[in-house]
Amino acid sequence: MQAQNNDIVLELRGISKTFGSIRANHDVNFDLRRGEILSLLGENGSGKTTLMNMVSGIYYPDAGQILVNGEEVSIASPHDAFKYKIGMIHQHFKLVDIFTAAENIVLGVESEEKFNMNEVNKRVLEISEKYGFHIDPTKKIYDMSVSEKQTVEIIKVLYRGADILILDEPTAVLTPQEVQKLFAVLRNMRNDGKSIIIITHKLHEVLALSDRVSVLRKGESIGTVNTKETSESKLTEMMVGKKVTLNIDRSDVTNAEERLAIQNLTAFNQEGVKVLDDINFTAFGGEILGIAGIAGSGQRELLEAIAGLQPISDGQIIFHRPKKNLPVTFFHKSLFEIKEMAKEGKFHDKEGKPVSFVGKTTSTIVKEVNDGNVIFNDDEIMNLRDKTPLQIRELGVRLSFVPEDRLGMGLVGNMNLTDNMMLRSYRKGKSVFVNRKNPENLATKVVHDLEVVTPSIKTPVRRLSGGNVQKVLVGREIASAPKVLMAAYPVRGLDINSSYLIYNLLNEQKKNGTAVIFVGEDLDVLLALCDRIVVMNSGCVSEIVDARSVTKEEVGFLMTKNTKEAE
Amino acid sequence: MENQNKKREPLLHITKRAVMPVWQQALIRAGAILSAMILCGVLAFILIPKLSANPSRIGEFYSCFFKGNFKTVEITWAFFKDVAVLLCISLAITPAFRMKFWNIGAEGQVLVGVLAAEGIAYLYGSRIQSNFVLLLLMLVAAIVSGALWGVIPAVFKAKWGTNETLFTLMMNYVATYLVIYCLSKWITSGSMVMPKLQVGVLPSFVNQYFSTILLVLTLTVVLYFYLNYSKHGYEISVVGESENTAKYIGIDVKKVIIRTMILSGALCGFAGFLIGAGVNNSVSDTSVGGRGFTAIMVSWLAKFSPLFMLLTSALIVFLDRGASEIASVFDVTGALTDIFVGLTLFFVIGCEFFINYRLHIRNIFKKEEKAA
Repeated sequence: MQAQNNDIVLELRGISKTFGSIRANHDVNFDLRRGEILSLLGENGSGKTTLMNMVSGIYYPDAGQILVNGEEVSIASPHDAFKYKIGMIHQHFKLVDIFTAAENIVLGVESEEKFNMNEVNKRVLEISEKYGFHIDPTKKIYDMSVSEKQTVEIIKVLYRGADILILDEPTAVLTPQEVQKLFAVLRNMRNDGKSIIIITHKLHEVLALSDRVSVLRKGESIGTVNTKETSESKLTEMMVGKKVTLNIDRSDVTNAEERLAIQNLTAFNQEGVKVLDDINFTAFGGEILGIAGIAGSGQRELLEAIAGLQPISDGQIIFHRPKKNLPVTFFHKSLFEIKEMAKEGKFHDKEGKPVSFVGKTTSTIVKEVNDGNVIFNDDEIMNLRDKTPLQIRELGVRLSFVPEDRLGMGLVGNMNLTDNMMLRSYRKGKSVFVNRKNPENLATKVVHDLEVVTPSIKTPVRRLSGGNVQKVLVGREIASAPKVLMAAYPVRGLDINSSYLIYNLLNEQKKNGTAVIFVGEDLDVLLALCDRIVVMNSGCVSEIVDARSVTKEEVGFLMTKNTKEAE
Repeated sequence: MENQNKKREPLLHITKRAVMPVWQQALIRAGAILSAMILCGVLAFILIPKLSANPSRIGEFYSCFFKGNFKTVEITWAFFKDVAVLLCISLAITPAFRMKFWNIGAEGQVLVGVLAAEGIAYLYGSRIQSNFVLLLLMLVAAIVSGALWGVIPAVFKAKWGTNETLFTLMMNYVATYLVIYCLSKWITSGSMVMPKLQVGVLPSFVNQYFSTILLVLTLTVVLYFYLNYSKHGYEISVVGESENTAKYIGIDVKKVIIRTMILSGALCGFAGFLIGAGVNNSVSDTSVGGRGFTAIMVSWLAKFSPLFMLLTSALIVFLDRGASEIASVFDVTGALTDIFVGLTLFFVIGCEFFINYRLHIRNIFKKEEKAA
C-alpha cells in the first residue's frame, strides 16, 4: 500500500540509537513534507545530529524504520542516502582544500564517461543562478571564506540531485549578513519544491525561517508545531522541559581599574603568517570585555599570546598587579628584590612616610616586612611578554584561561576530576609526591557548586557531557580567584541552563573586580553580556565599541569591513 | 505488503558497549586464551607429524605448558627468573610509553647495559678484590650507558622533533655491532665468545636467581608509586595525554621528555646489569634475545600498569617456555611452536574488541519466523 499522504517525503518511526551507555535517540518519530523548511530544534546533546546522521547514512539505527516517499528503506551509507535523494551538509565541511569548487562538487559522483569540466562548471553555475548563490566554480577551496565553502557544500548536494537537504547548524560560522543571504537561498529552494531540514538551537532563526519546528529533548521527540502558532518562550519550554527566563543581567561597571594593557601586539604563526597585527586595547578590572570576530580572526592567538603560549614578534603585554596600599611580602618578592625596590622609593610605611632601608640590618628589614610596615605606593607593573605560563605564575600573576579546546588543552580527557583539578596546583609544596587531598576537595566543591553531573569525582572527564566538562574547567579556573579571566567560547556546545550558569559565573567574577575577557561567537550574547566589545577582523582590531549602544548589524559589519574594502 | 527487497539490514554492524564489569572482562580474556589453546591444538594436530600419527598424545601436548615451566624446582626457578628479567625490561620502557614516547630501543639500551657491566667484570674483575665494589661499578656503568643510549634519541626529539621510533630502532643496531666490535677487541683467542665469568656475579642466597627476582619485585613497587603518586609521574601522564595541556599549565615538555628517557634508559641499563651479573655472567650480541621488543607487548597488554605487568610478563614467559618444551618433546622446529605463542597473543589482544564493542549479526531466519 502506498502512503496515504504523497506530501510526506521522509518519515521516521520509532528510531533508536545508543552509544555504549549513552542513549542518543529513543523512539523518535518525525516527518518531513514536500516543499517545506523544518527546523530540528534541541539543546546540544539532545540527539539532533545523531538522528540526521542516521538519515544520511553515517550511522545505522538500532531500531525503527525510515520511510522515503512512503516506502521503507535501509540507508547503510551516504551513497545509499543519495540514492534516495537525501543530502546532508555537515557542520564541519568535508572539502579538499587544493581542489576547485567544481572539482569538489563532482568528487565521488559515479559516471561512465570522462568528466568534462567545462560542462560541470556550467551546471554548477546553472544551479547557483537558479537559487541565488554566488560562486566561482574554478576558485580553489583554500581561497574561500567560510560562507563560500558552505555554498560549495550545498551545491555539492544539489548537484547530486538531492530533494531532501539536511543542514547541520549552518549559521554557526556566518556573520549576520551572510545568514540573511543563506536564508534567502533556502527559501528559493523551498519554493522550488525541495524539502529542507535545518538543525539548530537558535530560536530566532527558527522563527524567522522555518514552516514547522520539531523539538528533541534528551534524545526523544517532544513534538512538532507550526512556527506561526508558537513563540520563543513556548519553544524554550519544549526544549528544556521547564520554563526558563532568558535574561542576562548586566551590572554597571564600578571603579574600573586598569588591569591588562595590550600594546602593538603582533605575532606570526608557525607557517610565518601574520595572525595578530598591531593589537591595542586595555582590559579593566570589574568589566567584561568581549571579543567578537569571524572564526579564525586571531581570537585564539590573542588569548594564547597573553597566556604565554603564542610567541609574539612585537608589542607589550602590561599587567597591573593591584598592590597599591598593600604590604609587600616574601611570598612573591625576595629580600634582594625588596631592597632594590626600596632604593627606587616604591614603598611607604603605615604612617605614609617613604621607606628607606639605608643603614638597617637585614634582620630589621625582615621584621619590618613581616610586620606589614613596608607598603606599596602603587600597583606593580609587569610585562608578560616572552614569559612562559610557568614564569607568569611564578611572578604571582593570577591569570586564568579557559581555552577553546577544552579536552585538548584545558583538561586531560582520560584523567579524572581530581587529577584535572590538580593541573594548576600540583607543583605546590616540596614533596616528591603529589597531594591529592586539596584537589579532591576542590573537585567535590566544584561538582556541588556548579551542579556538575558525574558518577563520581573519579570519573574520567571525557565521559562527561560537554556542559559538565566546561563546568569542571571553568570551576577550576575561577577557583584561584583570578585577577584576569580569559574565556574562549565558554558556552559553545552547552545547553541553555549550563550557558546561563556560565554567564552568571562570569558576571560574578566581574563584580569581584576581575578583568574578564570573553571571546564569543553569538552576537546576541556578546551584546547582552559584555560592557565593551573589541571587534577583530583578520588579526586586526577593527574597532572597540560600547556594547550597550552598538547594534548587531554594526558589529557584523565591523567583523568583515576590511575584507570587503579589499575586494 | 511491504517491499521486501528494499528494507535490508546490513549483515554485520558494530556498536560501542557501555563499560563492562571487571569480572565479565576477565571472563572474555579467559575465553580468548581458551579458544586460542583449542585452535593451537587443532593446528598442532595437523602440523606436528608425531601428533597426527598418535592422536592420544594430545593430552601430553597441553601438559607441555606446565612441564616446561614447573616440572622441577629448578625449572620453576628458571621460570621466575625469566619473568623477572622480562618484567624488568617492561617496567623500564613503561615511563616512556606512558608519555607516548614510542621507545622501541629497549633491546639496545639493555644490551649496552649488559656490555658495560660484563666489560668491567671481564677487564677489571681480577684486579678488584671486593665483589661488592665490583658489582657496584658494574651497576653504575650499566645504568649510565643505558641512560646514555636512551637520552640521545630524546634530545634529538626534544630539540629537532626527530621521530623517536626510527631513532631508537637504529640505536639497537649500533648497540649490537658495538658488542661485536668489543668482543673482537677483548677476546684475543679470536673465538668472539666471552667465557662465563666467575667474578662480578650476584650473590646466591636461597637460589642463584633469588636476588634478581627480589630486585625486580622491589622495582615494580617503586615504579608503581613513582608513576601514580609522584609529581614526575603526573607530569609524564599529562605530557602523554596532551602536549597542549602540558604547555598550557606550564610543564616544560622538552625537559620531561629528556628526564623520562634518562630514567627509562637507566632502568634498561639496570635490566642489562641483572642479565649480566645475575643470569648470563657473559655478554654476546644476543644477550637480550628480543626481550626488548617482547617487553613492549608486556607493557601494552598491562595497559602500562606496573602491577598488571606481573601477570602479563608471566603469561608470555609461560607460553614461551611451554612452546619450547613442545618443540623438544614432539621433535619439531621452535619456529612452529612460536606460531602457537603468536596465535595466543593475537587472541588475547583481539578480545579487547569484544570488550569495547558489541557485534550485531542480522538474524537471517527472522523473516521466516515472522511468516510463521
